[in-house]
Amino acid sequence: MTNVAGASALRVHELCKNFPVPDAPGTRRLVLGGISFSMAAGELVSLVGPSGCGKSTLLRLIAGLDSLDSGELLVDNQKILGPSAERGLVFQDPNLFPWLTVRRNIEAGLVARGVSHEKRNEVDQFMRLVGLEAFANSYPHHLSGGMAQRVALARALINQPKILLLDEPLGALDAFTRMRMQDEVVRLWENRRTTMLLVTHDIDEAIYMSDRILIMTQAPGRIDREIDIELARPRDRTSDSFLRFRSEILEHLHLAGKAADPSA
Amino acid sequence: MQLAVPGAALVTFGIHFLISRSDLPLETHSYMLLFWEIVGVSIVLGIAQRFWPALRQWMRHMWPIFTAAILSLGVWDVVTTGLHLLPLPYFPGPAAVLRSLISDRGLLLDSTCHSFVLLLSGYAVGVIVGLVSGVCIGWSTSVRYWGMPLLKVVGPIPATAWIPLAMVVAPSTMVSAVGLIALAVWFPVTMLTASGISNTRASYLDVARTLGAGPAYLIFRVAIPAAVPNIFIGLFMGLGASFLTLVVAESVGVKSGLGWYVSWAQGWAEYGKVFAALIIMAAFFSTVMTLLFKLRDRVLVWQKGIIKW
Repeated sequence: MTNVAGASALRVHELCKNFPVPDAPGTRRLVLGGISFSMAAGELVSLVGPSGCGKSTLLRLIAGLDSLDSGELLVDNQKILGPSAERGLVFQDPNLFPWLTVRRNIEAGLVARGVSHEKRNEVDQFMRLVGLEAFANSYPHHLSGGMAQRVALARALINQPKILLLDEPLGALDAFTRMRMQDEVVRLWENRRTTMLLVTHDIDEAIYMSDRILIMTQAPGRIDREIDIELARPRDRTSDSFLRFRSEILEHLHLAGKAADPSA
Repeated sequence: MQLAVPGAALVTFGIHFLISRSDLPLETHSYMLLFWEIVGVSIVLGIAQRFWPALRQWMRHMWPIFTAAILSLGVWDVVTTGLHLLPLPYFPGPAAVLRSLISDRGLLLDSTCHSFVLLLSGYAVGVIVGLVSGVCIGWSTSVRYWGMPLLKVVGPIPATAWIPLAMVVAPSTMVSAVGLIALAVWFPVTMLTASGISNTRASYLDVARTLGAGPAYLIFRVAIPAAVPNIFIGLFMGLGASFLTLVVAESVGVKSGLGWYVSWAQGWAEYGKVFAALIIMAAFFSTVMTLLFKLRDRVLVWQKGIIKW
């Protein structure tokens, strides 16, 4: 395993999580059924799978926002006990604090960790990183979807997290903004080499961005297949090898869908 | 357009002149003076607006309202002094009210000051206690378990219903009045603050946690700001309740203030003074309300589409 400074390795082992079923009291539904995988420090991995397979649940567990039922979840061989600034999380909804300006939103992580005023000059650097200096004093409701998501990324990155968890961060954006943001996230990743785990519905996005793709099964979620994307960056979305990966994954998801559907 | 206000003033003035010919000139002197002032000021404004676009904008917006207000004074004058349609002494004409307003200005000013101090202290106490209890109930499930039933049972009792008890318990009528106003304000502020805090979007709290936030940050920098729109609704409801309680408390216990003044003037059958006090109250309360709206607009610049006052 390569050791990258400022990034963490992640190990998920036989992880299970169930939730109570709202309509049927007393019964619980298994969402994650013994999921296992690991990530090297500084790796960019995508997680794809049918909706409702527990991808978001998995990210919340890694972030420390929920507790697991059984199995192991280790970051640099340490158990995850709760949320921490070392594991950033970006949601599909940017979830910017509407009462704070762009600048103060980005700064929020520093304030939350009690970093003193003098040491907050990094804020400017992060605003430049995502190209939003001109909007420093705007409130979130003035921002477009892409701009808001860039603020959310900067807000997560300012804490220098060792793992960045991305839960369909580009899912709500239009196609053009989305492609630009994919480049931007890859650029941020190449600069900082933070370990990134990206949940996405978009197979092209997964192939375009990640080192490795994990395909999950229908709930209870488990890793079904791992595909290494051995393509040089920047990647060409229309190249033969890109399209080969695409059809391979599509075929896999399609077959998995058929197997799960008894009427087929 | 610009002539509407001086025109209305002249019409109203003419009406008054016709119907009060038989009265003593002293009786109506100040009322007449008022109209000359209105005519004068509106002419000056009419000239000034040619050089000052902001003023023109404002005048264009306000002029119809001013015109209607002045004309309704004329209608009031006709109905009371002119045609005697409403029984005296309960409904004096505008000239008599203005006379009371001017002749009793010392006592009215004094009463307004007393009311203001009482309102401010009661409101401040109610808001502070209400915010603290609202945040506690909204944030902590155990405080909510014990506090919510109390709030639901005791809160809806109108504060004025406590007057008999408050008189006995409190060391002075002033203290009891402050307590009653505070109680009236406390309930809506607590209720709305608590619901605002407990309805904070879970995702804001999740984001803050992954940014390394502790409980203090979560309460003071996430839950409370998120609840501010709700808190302001509570502050407005509390302000309305405080006006009501203030006037009632003053007319039954406290021997000063506008509420006391109204019942005192009524006791002497001086209805001109009653109306004068009502006019002061209208101006006073709506000013306080406007100040609160201004504060809200300042605090909530981040929110879009807020209601204008």
